[in-house]
Amino acid sequence: MTLFDKFLRIRELGIFSIIVVFVIVAAIIDPRFMTLDSWRAVFLAIPLILVMAMGQMMVIICRHVDISIGSILAFSAIVIGLLYIQFPGLSLWLSLIITAFVGLVMGLINGFIVTRFNVHSIIVTLGTLSLYRGLVFIVSGGRQIDRNDIPEHIVSFSQTSSLFSIPGILIFSAIIVVITHLVMRHSVLGREIYATGSNPVAAHLKGINVTKVTLFCFGICGMLAGVAGLFYASRFGYVNPGVTGVGIEFIVIAGVIIGGTSITGGSGSVLGTFLGILLLGIINVALPVLNIPGEFQKAIYGLIIVVALALDQLIIYRMKKLSGGINA
Amino acid sequence: MLKTISIYLNENPTLRYWIIRPEWVAVILLIISIISSIQLSPFFADLAFIMDSATPYVEYGLIAIILTLIIISGEIDLSIASMIALTAVIFGTAYNAGLGMPISMVIALFSGTLCGLFNGILVTQLQIPSIILTIGTLTLYRGIAQSLASDFSLGGYPSWFIGIDYRYIGIVPIPVIIFTVFAIVVGFFLSSTIYGKQLYLIGTNPQTAKYSGIKVDRIKLLLFTLSGLVCGIAGVLTTSRLAVARFNMATGAELEIVLMVMLGGTYIFGGRGNIFGTFVAFWIVVILRAGLNVARIKIESQLTILGAMLIIAIILTNYIYSKSQK
Repeated sequence: MTLFDKFLRIRELGIFSIIVVFVIVAAIIDPRFMTLDSWRAVFLAIPLILVMAMGQMMVIICRHVDISIGSILAFSAIVIGLLYIQFPGLSLWLSLIITAFVGLVMGLINGFIVTRFNVHSIIVTLGTLSLYRGLVFIVSGGRQIDRNDIPEHIVSFSQTSSLFSIPGILIFSAIIVVITHLVMRHSVLGREIYATGSNPVAAHLKGINVTKVTLFCFGICGMLAGVAGLFYASRFGYVNPGVTGVGIEFIVIAGVIIGGTSITGGSGSVLGTFLGILLLGIINVALPVLNIPGEFQKAIYGLIIVVALALDQLIIYRMKKLSGGINA
Repeated sequence: MLKTISIYLNENPTLRYWIIRPEWVAVILLIISIISSIQLSPFFADLAFIMDSATPYVEYGLIAIILTLIIISGEIDLSIASMIALTAVIFGTAYNAGLGMPISMVIALFSGTLCGLFNGILVTQLQIPSIILTIGTLTLYRGIAQSLASDFSLGGYPSWFIGIDYRYIGIVPIPVIIFTVFAIVVGFFLSSTIYGKQLYLIGTNPQTAKYSGIKVDRIKLLLFTLSGLVCGIAGVLTTSRLAVARFNMATGAELEIVLMVMLGGTYIFGGRGNIFGTFVAFWIVVILRAGLNVARIKIESQLTILGAMLIIAIILTNYIYSKSQK
């Protein structure tokens, strides 16, 4: 085994070095990138996506993909926005519980259809992507939730907190990341998710309730997308039924896949996903600094997804060759 | 009564094969939607009105037919809508750069073909599952379109090019004729040529197909390339209809195109389905959309109904196939 192969095995190190190289290059081209403001922008941009990515990572490890999360985000954001119009005094914790519950229900609907009827999750969630988006328009009547509809204590959640005035969403997303890590690495359930993704048939034979594990993953994915809806309302101060969360699923999937989560299921880590999302966040902030127009952002994200997919496949091929799986 | 029918059908497998088929669901749905639409508004009894409301969906219909072939062979292409937008934008950019109409068209079709080829190469050579790869290229192609056109509408085409949906032969608009001819040709290809049979075999069991000497990878590559080419044609047709090209045109068209294929009874896991079903499903989507518009349901709220229909269509098709192939 060459050094290169060892390097490939530790995926997180690979992404980390890409981040380091990218930051150094960006800093050399324009020193403005290394200011505190840029990094504040990076860490304000990622919590929303990071939270969704944790759920999406679980679903992808379990061999499925949920592309309806953007619509779930929009729906929970609209629901909480409409509630704020009625009850401006709604507390932060109650809002969190409501958005989490709304997302959980929608995620479980996805999970139920996928497990009960055994259809590929991308097709199912392509359907629910539109279904939920339509519901957003029906519930809101096509009306936008404006800045002055969202109470002050919710807006300040994304700007400061009593703890060293670190933004509340940053602390909260950090807690979610740590919990996800603990669940995935150190709980029976987490190991069952990996087992289900590696080989659903073998997992079933080993006595793992595959249906329940899959439902759990979709439920958590929906729940975290729902919580991200509250983050969105708090951070952007408006919720527009036609704009909120459109296309965000592809950014999340891009981050998860770059983070080394294999789309064939069974492998991936919280650290890798975090680094993948961090890379996307840095690129997002670095583009204007490097004088690249914002229109290129989507193309760059798309290119990153395709390259990451291709690399992933090449690495799997090389690993199999090393372990003698392929005679070549 | 039902029990005697089912016993009778179980004793006659050939009859069962012909009666329990998802296409009949599509036909029944079409009849139901026509009848309920006529109740809604007398316009629906007018064939010319239905023909006119069909023209905007012809571009989707063309792609749905190619997508049917791809799904039968066990793959899927979700980057179709982005390829429409990309080819349309490339077409607009080329024309505005002064390249003239014929060359711009050739460039548009060629770029579509390249996009499809790129999908095909990654799927067949690197063995990336097409469903996830085309989610990636969906973002990539739409992003390239956005980089090229920014937020501008590329227009200024000569008047003979604009408005293909206003040209008629009799009462039938030209796009509908193109779609029908294309459906018949591909339908004949799929049902009556050896290549069509090979597609079904590939979808049923790619391993066996390979061992029987079918060039699985080459055929899949060809299908993806063809899908790109047809998206190029659809992109030019859309530009002609709208008179402008924008990066965000055909947003969310994946849903309607996949819905057409699924409603038509094509099996999502490959190996089963036909063009007739997709053709009927095209008209279901047309009448449904027109009916919802006449009923003054907002375009965005219609998404709910289309999304629910997609899920129901898949579940129903799977159920019917599980019953008919005991």
